[in-house]
Amino acid sequence: MNIFKLSIKNILNKPLSSAISLALLVLGIGIISLLLQLNSLIKNQMDNNLKGIDMVVGAKGSPLQLILSSVYHVDSPTGNISLDEAEKISENRMVGSSIKLLYGDNYKGFRIVGAEKKFIDLYKGVIKEGKEWKNSYEVLVGSKVHKKLKINIGDELVSSHGLRETGESHDDKSFKVVGILKPSNSVMDQLIITSPQSVWSIHDNHDHQEGDDHLHNDKEITAMLIKFKSPMNIIQFPRQINENTNLQAAVPSYEISRLFKLFGFGIETLSYLAYIIIIVSGFSLFINLFNSMSERKYEMALIRTLGASRFQLSTMIIFESLMLTISGFILGMLFSRFGVMFVSSLMEESLNYSINSFRILSEEYWLLGLSVLIGFISSTIPALQVYNMNISKILADE
Amino acid sequence: MIKTKDVQFSYDNQVFFKFCDIDLKSNENLLIVGSSGIGKTTLLHLLAGLLNLNSGSIELFGKELSKLSSYQLDEFRKNNIGIVFQRPHFVNSLTVKENLQLAQYIANKKDNNRIETILKNLNIFDKLNKKTNQLSQGEKQRVSIAMAIVNSPKLILADEPTSSLDDNNCANVIKLLKKQALEFEAQLIVITHDSRLKKHFEKSIEL
Repeated sequence: MNIFKLSIKNILNKPLSSAISLALLVLGIGIISLLLQLNSLIKNQMDNNLKGIDMVVGAKGSPLQLILSSVYHVDSPTGNISLDEAEKISENRMVGSSIKLLYGDNYKGFRIVGAEKKFIDLYKGVIKEGKEWKNSYEVLVGSKVHKKLKINIGDELVSSHGLRETGESHDDKSFKVVGILKPSNSVMDQLIITSPQSVWSIHDNHDHQEGDDHLHNDKEITAMLIKFKSPMNIIQFPRQINENTNLQAAVPSYEISRLFKLFGFGIETLSYLAYIIIIVSGFSLFINLFNSMSERKYEMALIRTLGASRFQLSTMIIFESLMLTISGFILGMLFSRFGVMFVSSLMEESLNYSINSFRILSEEYWLLGLSVLIGFISSTIPALQVYNMNISKILADE
Repeated sequence: MIKTKDVQFSYDNQVFFKFCDIDLKSNENLLIVGSSGIGKTTLLHLLAGLLNLNSGSIELFGKELSKLSSYQLDEFRKNNIGIVFQRPHFVNSLTVKENLQLAQYIANKKDNNRIETILKNLNIFDKLNKKTNQLSQGEKQRVSIAMAIVNSPKLILADEPTSSLDDNNCANVIKLLKKQALEFEAQLIVITHDSRLKKHFEKSIEL
């Protein structure tokens, strides 16, 4: 027997009131930790995919949509732009490098992207099995596509038009898998990548079966990813494009921080709510302790007459409270980890994105500090009460 | 050796108590009889160091209580004094055994054999793992005695241990207390308004 065990026994002796304080705390801590985790995981995921992309050029429309579709491959494209115009931009002296992208088709929900080979280098893609494409209609598949659809080298893929599985399918021509990429922890993992030529040909066949005397020199692309020579250009160049051409230039980092501001508001509101829940749990803890003090005053007096010091007894009260808040913190962390797993499975299902991490964020150490603080504060008054208790009076009043 | 001299105490300078002197040799027991309101419990609390006297002196086993700090009093109490209360008190979340272990822990002791010996002696060994609120009144009284003697005190103070008992049980409890005191070499001071106890003690004083 010791003070530590005694605290546990005292908590377990009142399971209901202990459970209520605990549940509130777990909820509050859990929500905040979940928000922190999701925020950091999504930000990480977003930043990871942004590396090496300073600007995106595409058809006029919503800049956010352009970024979401070309960089994150979650939205529909804004439209097509002419290859000639895109090339003019890529030849500008401010442009360091550019990657032309063609997208708009999918295979079982995974997007097919026609791109130059630098696209793979952008995400530091490495071929795990097979080789790069040489001819039209040859594709490389990302690691997640390989894993989920169990696609292997040599398989034939019949793509569908649009970005949903239900789109009209290009039955007349299929892609052939020639290589599988290693996981790169970026959006590339969930893409099927082929040469721009393949995408052009499949749509030529498809769209112009009638065989009119089209010369096909008006080739189009969907978007172009651009890296500047100097970061300074990010201020001037996009504006020039937007004002002087009928193309749209969007800066991913601007758009993403705008997006974060939008749902950051929601996160903030939710976290205020969670902090309020934590404060309420502190109150409930305090009230429980305070009430139990009057019920347990004889027992406290007894422990004192057995020779325990005031200090030991106060420590016991603080211990009881801390034990609850620290287990609240631990359960809250578990709660948030399950939450992340749940959200991740939802995202995986609808967006093919997955986030997974059991890393402890530095903010979560703050939450531990907060839990300990709540434990201390809510037990201060009861502990002081016990410290100043007049044992003789309590025992004489029996 | 228990010696008190001119002990005086007052609650908030309103109720004033003056107690007669006590002088006990080692191995002597004492019965203190007095009617309600005369300050019996106050005297017991003074002897146990739970209250500080206003004037006079209390000397227990060579220590002058008024000269001890509150911390030293706690230390003194856990090493020398066991108290049996009028109404038994326990830590409700603990079993009989755990209550006794807690008492030992506070006195920095650990001796499960002693707990078992005492409970067997008091005929309540089968209640070892019962929660204290599952005990009958008589059993509680016995566990309360066990709590008082578990740390081998030199002095057992009992406050009205028999007030709610019938003649039979009254005699039993007092015999039990005396027997335990004798067996564990402790002195016994019983404070009561119950004059039935007089015949059990050689030495008694009236307040």
